[in-house]
Amino acid sequence: MVVQHPKIAFRDLKVRYGEKTALEGINLEVAKNEILGIIGPAGSGKTSLLRVLNRTLQNTPGAKVTGDVRIDGEDIHRMRDVSGLRRRIGMVAPLPVGLPMSVYDNVAFAPRMAGVTDKKVLDGVVERCLRQAALWEEVEKRLGDLGTKLSGGQQQRLTIARALSHSPEILCLDEFSIAIDPVTTMRIEEVLKELRKHMTIFLVTNLVQQARRLADRTAFLLLGELVEVGPTEEVFGRNPRDRRTFDYVHGIFG
Amino acid sequence: MGVFATSATARRRHRTQKLAFVVLLGVTVLLILPVLAILGMLVYRGAPALSLEFLFSEPVRGMTAGGIWPAIVGTMWLVGVSLAISAPIGVLAAVYLNEYAGDTWYTRVIHLAIVNLAGVPSIVHALFGVGAFVLFFEFGTSILSASLTLAIMTLPVIIASTKESLSAVPMSFREACWNVGATRWQTIRHVVLPNSIAGILTGVILQVSRAAGETAPIIFTGAAVFVPFLPSSVNDQTMALSMHLFTLSTQVQNVPQEITYGTALVLVGLVVLINGVSIVIRSRIRRRRKW
Repeated sequence: MVVQHPKIAFRDLKVRYGEKTALEGINLEVAKNEILGIIGPAGSGKTSLLRVLNRTLQNTPGAKVTGDVRIDGEDIHRMRDVSGLRRRIGMVAPLPVGLPMSVYDNVAFAPRMAGVTDKKVLDGVVERCLRQAALWEEVEKRLGDLGTKLSGGQQQRLTIARALSHSPEILCLDEFSIAIDPVTTMRIEEVLKELRKHMTIFLVTNLVQQARRLADRTAFLLLGELVEVGPTEEVFGRNPRDRRTFDYVHGIFG
Repeated sequence: MGVFATSATARRRHRTQKLAFVVLLGVTVLLILPVLAILGMLVYRGAPALSLEFLFSEPVRGMTAGGIWPAIVGTMWLVGVSLAISAPIGVLAAVYLNEYAGDTWYTRVIHLAIVNLAGVPSIVHALFGVGAFVLFFEFGTSILSASLTLAIMTLPVIIASTKESLSAVPMSFREACWNVGATRWQTIRHVVLPNSIAGILTGVILQVSRAAGETAPIIFTGAAVFVPFLPSSVNDQTMALSMHLFTLSTQVQNVPQEITYGTALVLVGLVVLINGVSIVIRSRIRRRRKW
């Protein structure tokens, strides 16, 4: 399927860690304001794909990226301002990492690093992002507490709030719900449906049903190969284009 | 008889464990004994010499009487100047090696050099100091030459210990910062350094005590047997506690024993004091640790 004026386009993307191939010739286009679900078993390159996008993979020793990645038609590997690129992308990692500072400072970190000093602006950002991450009511009274002292699920929502704090155009959620209870997960999923009006969302998930609920299109990665990408209904339907997709989403997979 | 009843094997295992425990405890006590013995002897023989006058006056009558004030001041000069040189360079080098430099052939050469430099005996550092600072750069025998020599000696250990502290900060913290668009330096400045400063300071302070105690590196480069005035700049020669102790115990005759032991006690006391300060700093910052 060809996407008209893609927001993000991967062309023949390859990623290697030393001798090991993590992604093999990925061609993928993502439309603006789309939620793209990415599913696939462990070690199939889902996280690598996201880390290529915000160019943090280049800080990993031994990682080698070839191919072309464009955002709004601009080659990200030619961008001089890497911080500027990363501020356009919100990234939520699978394991919650509260930075060793207060809840408030965790969320205010990105705007501060970008040069915002006005207390009122920062207050506004902190409240907005914590509300969006469904965390505000729980931490409203303890914004000064250490982020690392929150429970695992709260920390995960804190990282979501932090990922939203620099108002990204693209949001990458890498297994955001593994540490969160189902009720809160549902609340965040509602938020995502709201957020998609303003941003393009990558949803990497092991919960295939989550992709089914949220994603417009779903991509299936297997051992670094993009097996198939298509409308979610089709991928989860009776007749996906590839037999392996059917096996995976229906749990027949060995 | 149930499965959990004490069998002969279990009893034997229990005995073995007890025996191992006693042996390990014994070894640990053996380690502490020499320290206690040395300190005890120093206090027993040196304490009678201690007085304000001993601490704050000059040696007189060919150093067989009087105090050790110039040596105390000299040691402070040497330690202070050498630290002012080695601490910033060492910490910055470690930040570069740990946070910026990749694993390339030249960083490996640098690592090799640091490890080897740390293993060089202090007398070799001393010879290097004479050749490089005293003669080649023509700093003469001065506080500057001696401090530079001490700085070269402490530098590799400061680099190694600082690197250790930096790499103890979890990688995930750095990645979280990069993900929101913080630059490498912002990440170091706001997250890595605040969370490793305790370890860095400890490493640096331990090197202070090492610099204070060494005699070999300063003996030919800046320390003198006797200087009739206190140093007023880094170009002066100076007395130093370690050097003074060496002189008293080998070069001068008829030194009352308590003066020699008193000097040693002051030197060891100074080192213990510095180490104590470092332990207090470390535990204070540890208590504030956030992860």
